[in-house]
Amino acid sequence: MDFMSKIEKFIEVFIEYKGYTRVLTGLQNTVIIAVTGLIIGIVIGTLIAAVRVMPKYKTLPRVLNGICTFYVGLFRGTPMVVQLLLAYYVILPLLGIKIAALNVCIMVFGLNSGAYVSEIMRSGIMSVDPGQMEAGRAVGLSFPVVMMKIVVPQAVKNILPTLGNEFIVLIKETSVVSFVGAADLYVAFNYIGTNSYEFMVPYLVMALIYIVLVVFITLLIRVMERSLRKSDRSR
Amino acid sequence: MIEVVDLEKSFGTLKVLNGININIEKGERVVVVGPSGSGKSTFLRCLNCMEDPTGGKVIFEGTNIADMKVDINIHRRHIGMVFQQFNLFNNKTVIDNIMLAPVYVAKQERRKAIRKNICIKIKNVFSKEKQELLPVRAVAEIKKEAYENAMQLLNRIGLEDKAKAYPSTLSGGQKQRIAIVRSLAMNPKVILFDEPTSALDPEMVGEVLDVIKELADSGMTMVIVTHEMGFAREVATRVIFMDGGKILEEAPPQEFFGNPKHERLRDFLSKVL
Repeated sequence: MDFMSKIEKFIEVFIEYKGYTRVLTGLQNTVIIAVTGLIIGIVIGTLIAAVRVMPKYKTLPRVLNGICTFYVGLFRGTPMVVQLLLAYYVILPLLGIKIAALNVCIMVFGLNSGAYVSEIMRSGIMSVDPGQMEAGRAVGLSFPVVMMKIVVPQAVKNILPTLGNEFIVLIKETSVVSFVGAADLYVAFNYIGTNSYEFMVPYLVMALIYIVLVVFITLLIRVMERSLRKSDRSR
Repeated sequence: MIEVVDLEKSFGTLKVLNGININIEKGERVVVVGPSGSGKSTFLRCLNCMEDPTGGKVIFEGTNIADMKVDINIHRRHIGMVFQQFNLFNNKTVIDNIMLAPVYVAKQERRKAIRKNICIKIKNVFSKEKQELLPVRAVAEIKKEAYENAMQLLNRIGLEDKAKAYPSTLSGGQKQRIAIVRSLAMNPKVILFDEPTSALDPEMVGEVLDVIKELADSGMTMVIVTHEMGFAREVATRVIFMDGGKILEEAPPQEFFGNPKHERLRDFLSKVL
């Protein structure tokens, strides 16, 4: 079978057997999981990073810090696939909760990326001049308020490229959600492959879609970066 | 206004402040001088608990703010502070730098009033004596007032055209003048200056000192750590010499510079004057 006929077969399944609907659903799920996961991750990560840079004279910050260290260790210490499998086949059935596979994936991706974002965010917060925190505290604002209004916005600007990196990793990691039966891009193209008895073209197209997605995100991040740099001296 | 009793501060095993006693009255302008490493900056930072004292008391208007149980944020609103490195908020424009804290505090009070009003309404249902509701100011009104106040302050230092600029586009002198009016926006009862001119180019020192002098003439209570002896002599009502974490001499400026008593101070003055 030559390459042209392979393409013809792919197009046949893609269009006439409605393969494109599956691809679109897969694409949608991939983006939903990655975007929602990143948003959850940023929220969790910022909170954890704030706890970890808190002054630790009192008991409460110490306890919180311990919990956060444990959390980060747990989620960075195991692969995403293992976390997905554990969540879907062990933890949720043990608790007797039934949730759609897609939602489980979003949760696990969020929790997982929270652990990574917290470290990114911590390095960003530490890169902000401590004088900013001092000045905020000196006018009588509390630690969380200065953190949210002054330090974190400046930290985000510094870590945006790294955060974009995390987003790209998440997009690509979504290819493991088929382990728990959620439909993503991989599942869609695998379906086309099995129906046309031919995997070369579907997998090539799949790779192409991932690349286009990632390039698009890279551009998006660059635009955001530029708009956030408006408070800097124009270079 | 501020009473410091046996203040001590150590960083690990290094003892920086070694029992400081001083009483700062309203309207006084206290200038602290001394060689580097004498603990004068640490002393200043202990006055608003930017550094938590390891011993002794800092009594501000009858409250010991060195006590960890006190909500320090409420008291810090009445103690302005100006830093050596200006520390303007880099992600905010000049006007937002000045408005941030007043608007936040006013909004916080507004939320408190709303919460209390709910309690009062519930009480009013059950009791015969109707209680008056607390006044709740509109957010727009809070912002407008803060904006007008901020513009007035900027006008005072002649920088109203920089209101929408970001700090990174300003010169050191402009930044420090804005940092001063930022602390003024909270209507503080006392302002602490931590070497306000040490990070400035020599040609910009004058404009910042002029703002501080003008503030001094308006009767503001101030504590100033500085290396500018001429400025100290001009603006101070009392000069303090610190060394080794202790106050070695305190006197009005004429006496302090004209007739220094302590051996160490004479030595210091001979080097800097």
